[in-house]
Amino acid sequence: MDFKIIVNSVVSLGGLGLLFGAGLAFASKKFAVEVDPRVELVNEALPAANCGGCGYPGCMAFATAVVTGEAPVNGCPVGGAECAAKVAEIMGVDPSAGEPQVAKVMCTGALGVCKEEFQYHGVDSCLAANMISGGSKACQFGCIGFGSCADVCPFDAIVIQDNHLAWIDPDKCVACGKCVDICPKHIIHMVPKEQFVVVACSNLEKGGHVKKNCEEACIACGICERACPFDAIHVENNLATIDYDKCTNCMICAEKCPTKAIVAQFDKRKTATIIDDKCIGCTICKKVCPVGAIEGEVKGVHKVDPEKCVGCGLCEQKCPRDAINMN
Amino acid sequence: MENASIFVIVVSAILVNNFVLSRFLGICPFLGVSKKVDTALGMGMAVTFVMTMAGIMTYIVNELILVRFHIEYLQTIAFILVIASLVQFVEIVLQKVSPALYQALGVFLPLITTNCAVLGLALLNIQFKFNLPQVIAHSVGAALGFTLAIVLFAGIREKTELSDVPKPFKGFPIALISASMMAMAFLGFTGLV
Repeated sequence: MDFKIIVNSVVSLGGLGLLFGAGLAFASKKFAVEVDPRVELVNEALPAANCGGCGYPGCMAFATAVVTGEAPVNGCPVGGAECAAKVAEIMGVDPSAGEPQVAKVMCTGALGVCKEEFQYHGVDSCLAANMISGGSKACQFGCIGFGSCADVCPFDAIVIQDNHLAWIDPDKCVACGKCVDICPKHIIHMVPKEQFVVVACSNLEKGGHVKKNCEEACIACGICERACPFDAIHVENNLATIDYDKCTNCMICAEKCPTKAIVAQFDKRKTATIIDDKCIGCTICKKVCPVGAIEGEVKGVHKVDPEKCVGCGLCEQKCPRDAINMN
Repeated sequence: MENASIFVIVVSAILVNNFVLSRFLGICPFLGVSKKVDTALGMGMAVTFVMTMAGIMTYIVNELILVRFHIEYLQTIAFILVIASLVQFVEIVLQKVSPALYQALGVFLPLITTNCAVLGLALLNIQFKFNLPQVIAHSVGAALGFTLAIVLFAGIREKTELSDVPKPFKGFPIALISASMMAMAFLGFTGLV
């Protein structure tokens, strides 16, 4: 056996390896790029769904943007308040968690509610159906119901019901916005999670024409506008629009709406209760109540009539003694 | 091949002996990174860069170390070592020196670390007994051939994506069929040099 060959091969290959290893070690020190360590920390705190809901390509890009100050600490729609708090802690700022949002379909025009103009036989896709005179429904602003939104939803939050209407599960929705982008009718909107009243109609046509096509459409009658005690709903372009900043979820508009185009989750409605020990009988709550649900004499304990109370929370805000609870 | 002129080597490497379509090397990135023309072009650039560097480096290592100590049988393992560390080195330097280029090529570089096209090129260079200018010509030609093939293929895939392909052929099956047809088309260049 030629011992020299073994020595030669081991030495030269080992030498090469050592040389390259040393070269790489040197290069990684010499050419080290200073990366802000917070980028890595922020990235770890993110949910790593890489959904792009924040508007950046992936979680790492968002983390970089947060550290450079381009993106807000609560910019991740998936992680929610918990994630925002973690990121804020890393960045050393106040989380002031942005209000979480959910996507909502602004249409109630299911089969039977909204008329069908023709029978559609074709590809099961809203995008395709939309190309054929805007889908089979008579309303040009209605949900087509083939579930292009459900197809793109990475979180299985969208269900197409039997009546050809998309429904978004608010518990699963993380507000990534993919359905908002894909909907050819542009009727999916982002709504604050704590908003329980929405105008579930997107039709911008004049009232009479709308009424012919759909039973539950906004006919721009303006009853809601007049009924709202908070100036939070207005009819613009033949469609009622709620200002979510002003809306207090009192749901009066939904009660008054003649076509039921305003949809409210009445089970989420709150009721005011007055804590008797704290009430000093100042009558402020009685004065501010928009529906006259509070009764009481000066310097006497006041009472809320739960039948009349709409849960707007105005009395809670105004009470100088914190004597009113909303629940 | 020893006395072939530079021009003949380049044309041969690009068209006649195209690395992907007639030598069947580097099929992995050819199928993996060819969904969009943009990324295919980026991959092509990265491969061009690495192949040229690797061709030169492996030639030097072969001449100075392997041939001198008569251990040519260690070519494969030595070349893998050279290529892997070279790509790593290039990645580190690029990140520091030219962040813009790193952004463009960065994601593709680690993919090429153990690419058989690069290793195949290094081994073929030695097999053909090329000298240094010929090695450079062959490396650049081979890499350009790879870029040409992957960019053309990406263009075809972008079109097939939109066309009405029968369901069983959707995705990779139709990609493989079009790749085979491209390879047959490139057979037409046989005899050019």
